[in-house]
Amino acid sequence: MSLWSRISNAVHGERLNSEIDEELQAHVEEAIASGLDPREARRAFGSTLRAREASHSIRAAGWLESLLADANFGWRQLCRNKVASFAAVLSLALGIGSCVAAFRLIDALLWRPLPISNANNLYVLSRKMIGLYGKPIEDGYWATPDFKLMRDAVKDQADLIAISDADRTDISWSTSDDVERAHVVYVSGNMFPLFGLEPALGRLLYPADDRGSGTGPYAVLSWDYWNHRFGRDPHVLGRPLHIGDQTFEIIGVGPRGFLGTEKGTVTDIFLPLSVNSMVTEDKADWHRIYVMLKPGVNPGTGLEPIRQHLSAVNHAFGVECTTCYRGETKASIDRFLNQTLIFNPAGAGISDLQKEYRRFLAVLGLMVVLVLLIACANVANMMTAQAAARSQEMALRISIGAGRRRLVQLILTQSALLALLASVVGACFAAWSAPFVLSLVNPPDNPARLDLPADWRVLLFGLGLMILVVLLLGLLPALRASAVRPVAALKGGEDPHSPRRLMRGAIALQVAFCFLVLFLSSLFVTSFQRLQNRPLGFSTDRLLLLETSAGKGQLPVVWNQTAEALRAAPGVDSVAIAGWPILGRIRINSDISINGAPPSATPAFFLNVSPGWLSTMKIPLVSGRDFRREETSPGAAIVNETFAKTFFPGQDAIGRTFERGVNQPLNKIVGVTPDLPDHDLREPNGPVFYVPFSEIDDKSAPTPAGFATFIIHTESRNPLALADSLRQLIAQRHNGLRVSNVTTQLDLVRDQTVRERLIATLAAFFAVVALLLAGVGLYAVLNYSVLQRRREIGIRMAIGSSRAGIVRIVTLDVFLMIALGGCVGAALGLGAARYVASLFYQVKATDVDIIALPACALLITALVATLPAVLRALRTDPREILRAE
Amino acid sequence: MPKTDSLQGSLDLLVLKILSRRPRLHGYAIMAAIAGTSGDVLRAEEGSLYPALYRMEEAGWIRAEWVKKETGRRARVYELTVAGRKQLGAEESRWQSVSLAINRVLREA
Repeated sequence: MSLWSRISNAVHGERLNSEIDEELQAHVEEAIASGLDPREARRAFGSTLRAREASHSIRAAGWLESLLADANFGWRQLCRNKVASFAAVLSLALGIGSCVAAFRLIDALLWRPLPISNANNLYVLSRKMIGLYGKPIEDGYWATPDFKLMRDAVKDQADLIAISDADRTDISWSTSDDVERAHVVYVSGNMFPLFGLEPALGRLLYPADDRGSGTGPYAVLSWDYWNHRFGRDPHVLGRPLHIGDQTFEIIGVGPRGFLGTEKGTVTDIFLPLSVNSMVTEDKADWHRIYVMLKPGVNPGTGLEPIRQHLSAVNHAFGVECTTCYRGETKASIDRFLNQTLIFNPAGAGISDLQKEYRRFLAVLGLMVVLVLLIACANVANMMTAQAAARSQEMALRISIGAGRRRLVQLILTQSALLALLASVVGACFAAWSAPFVLSLVNPPDNPARLDLPADWRVLLFGLGLMILVVLLLGLLPALRASAVRPVAALKGGEDPHSPRRLMRGAIALQVAFCFLVLFLSSLFVTSFQRLQNRPLGFSTDRLLLLETSAGKGQLPVVWNQTAEALRAAPGVDSVAIAGWPILGRIRINSDISINGAPPSATPAFFLNVSPGWLSTMKIPLVSGRDFRREETSPGAAIVNETFAKTFFPGQDAIGRTFERGVNQPLNKIVGVTPDLPDHDLREPNGPVFYVPFSEIDDKSAPTPAGFATFIIHTESRNPLALADSLRQLIAQRHNGLRVSNVTTQLDLVRDQTVRERLIATLAAFFAVVALLLAGVGLYAVLNYSVLQRRREIGIRMAIGSSRAGIVRIVTLDVFLMIALGGCVGAALGLGAARYVASLFYQVKATDVDIIALPACALLITALVATLPAVLRALRTDPREILRAE
Repeated sequence: MPKTDSLQGSLDLLVLKILSRRPRLHGYAIMAAIAGTSGDVLRAEEGSLYPALYRMEEAGWIRAEWVKKETGRRARVYELTVAGRKQLGAEESRWQSVSLAINRVLREA
C-alpha cells in the first residue's frame, strides 16, 4: 500500500487534507464527549495547521506533490503563450518524430539482429582480388563445388551455410494458372537447423533434403508468404509448386518473423540448394556463404585459422578449375587466384539494399538530428526569453526560501512537459513516416520490405531522445534562472546582455546546422535533376513492355508468330522482341575477342533484339542498317559508338568482325548506333552490342528461348490500357508463352532514379523545415532583443543617433553570428559531402552554385526574419520611453 | 512528573501493543487506553500520536478504515496487520533487553 497510497495521496492532496482534518476534529469531539473542556481539548493539539502539515507530509509523497505543482504551473505557462507553445511542440514533434523514424529504418536495415539463434556467431564470407578485367573487386558469391570443399574442410570448427539471394522468379501453383512472381531463395539443407528455427506448420528442410537424390524435391514457404498468399491455410502442405519445368512439394512453413537473411527483401519460398542446375558448375558463383562458428570456438582467436584453412582450399579449387578461365592469360589467372578471404559479421543479415542505402541513411540520420537540434535551439531560446522575463519572480522565490534545486526542477518540468507533448505527436509521426519512406525505397512493383516493429529498442531510443531533448531545452535556462542574484534582479535587472549572449550563441549554432542541411539538400536535389535530365537516346513514349516466359523454352519462330499476332491487335503501332528491356534489372556481359586474340580487358554488354527494335525504340543509326529477318546470332551484330571506338579505334566498324570469346563464331557488324544508357543512368556509357533475337547453335539449328520481352508501341497515350487484352491474346495462343510481368519503358526509366528522388525529396523537405525553423528562431531572438533594449535605443535616438546607426546596433551582432554560423556550416558541409560523394551524379561539393544556393536562401530568410524587429526598433519613440522611466 | 519524555521511542510499541489487545480503536481511544492502562503515568501527545499512526500505516504495520458511528460521525479506526504483529514482537523483545540492561546498570553500578 505504502508507495502507491503516497502517490495517490499526492495526486489527491485536497482530499487528504480534509480527511486529516476530519479525523482530528473527531478526536477533539471525542475528547469533549469524555468530559474535557472544549478549549482545553483544542489547545492540546497546538496549531491544527501544523498538525495537518506534519501528518500530510507523512502520508503523501512530497517529491511528487511538488512535481505535480510544477507541472501544473508549467502547463499554465505553456497555455499563456499558446501560439509559441504550439509552434514549439510542433517543431519538436517533427524533429523527434523524424529522428525516431530514421532510427527505425536504420535499425531495421542495418543493426537489428536476425531472429535466429547465435546471430552474433554468424559471419559472411567474401573475397578481395584483382578481377579478370584488371580491377580490384570484392566478391561475396561462390560456386557450389567450392562451397562443398570448404564446408568439409572446416567442419570441426564451423558450419558453412549456402544461401542464394532472393530472386523474383516466375512460379505457378497449378499448370493452368497464370504465372505469378515470388522471391525464391536456395539454401543448403543445414540452414534451418543451424539457425535454430522451428516450423509454424509441417517441417523445414533438413540436410537430407539437399542431397539431390531420392525423395522430393521439397519446398518450404515463409510464414509471411503463407499468410498473405494462402491466408494461413493448413492445406497448403503437399501442394505442388511449378517453377520452370520443375515441380516441388510444399512440406512446411517457416517460423513467424523469419523473413530470410537478405534485409529489405522478404523471402517467399525456400528451396534446397541441390535442385538448382548451377550446383554442379565450377564457374557459377551464385550464392553467398555464411559461416556459423561451432559453440566453444572463440571468435577472437578462432576465425583466423578457419580463414587460412578456407583460403588454402579455395585456392586449390581455383587452380584445379579447368573450365573457369577459358582463353585468359596465365598472368591474369594467377592475379585472379591471389584472393584474400574476409569474414564480415552477418548477424544483421546481408543485402545489396544495406550496401546501397548505408550512406543514404547516414545522411538522412544527420539531417534529422540537425533539424531536431535547430528546433531545440529555437525552443531553448524561447524558454530563455521567458525565464529572463521571469527573473524577478525567480528572485522572489529565492528570497522567500525556495531551494535552487526546486527552481531547476520547475524549469526542467516545463521543458519535460514540452518534450512529452512533442514526443506523443512525434511518435504518431514516426509510426506513419517510417513505413511510408520505406515504401518509396524501391520501385513500386517490387517494394523493399522490412520488419519495422515498435518494440523496446525503438521505445528505448525514443525515451533516450526525449531525455536528451529535455536536457537540451531546459538545462541552460534552468541553470541561468537558478543563478539569479535576488538583490540585483529585484533592483531592476543586473546584466541585461547575458541572456542575449546565450541566445546569440544558439543563433550561430542554428545557422551552422541550417546551412549544413541546405548545402546537403542542394547537392542532392541538383544531382537528382542532372540524373533525371540525362539524355536517354531513345523514346519512352507509349512503350508497353510484356516480360514473357516460356517454361522449357520456345523456338524463335513461335516468338515471332506471337509478335505478328500482337502487331495485328487493334491499338498496336509496332512490336519488337528483345531478350530483356533496357534500363531493367538484367544485364549480361560477354568477352570480346578480335581476330582470335585473348579476350579484351573491357567486357561488352549485349542484348538480343528482333528486326524493328531500333525503330520501335526510336533509336537512330549512326551508320549501317538494322537487322534483316533472316539474320541470326551468331552472324550479324549492331554495336554502339563506344564499342566501335574501343575495339576498332580510328576505323570504320561496319563490316568488321568480332568473337564472343576465343574460338567462338564470328559476328559481322552491320550497323552502329549512338551510345545510350542501357542499364544504369548513373554509369557512363560502355561498349554494347546487339545481336539478332533468333539464335542458332553450332549445327545451325534454331535454339529455343526461355524468356523475352515484347516491346509494344501503342497508339494510345496510356500504354497500360492495352496490357490486359494483349496478355490474354498471348495466353489464348496456348503456345507455352506466358506474360509474367507488365510494365512500361517510362516506369523503368523512373525506377532508375528511385533512390535519388527519395533522397532529393526528403532533403528538400528537411531543408525547408530547417530554413523555416531558423527563420522563426532568428525573428524571435531579434524581436526579444529589441524589446529588451528599448531603453537604450530610446536614449540613443534622443541624443541624435541616425536611423542607420540604430539599424546597425540592432542587427550587426546578429548578422555577425549568421556569417560565423554560415562559415562553420560550409566547412561542415564540405566535410560531410566528401563522405557521401558516391551518392552524387555529376555534382561536386565545390561547385559555386551548390554553395551559392544555400547561402542566398539563408541570407534572404535572415533578411525577412530581421525586418519586423528592425522596423520595431525604428518606430521606438524616445519621448515615450524616457517618460516611462 | 514529566509525562512525554517517558514515551520517547516507545510510542510505537505502546500503540502496537494496545491495538493487538483491542483491535479497531480510533485515535482518541488509543490515547485514552495508553493513559488508562498506565494509570495516567504515560500520556501520548495528540501532536505526536497522529503522525506516528500515519507513519506506521505507511510502513504497513497497521491499517485504517473509516467507520460510521451511532452519532452519524465518521471515525478512522486502526487495526494491526500481519507485518505489524511481527513488528510488535521485535519491539517488545528490544524493550525487554533494554530495560533489563538498564536495571542491571541501576543494580550494579
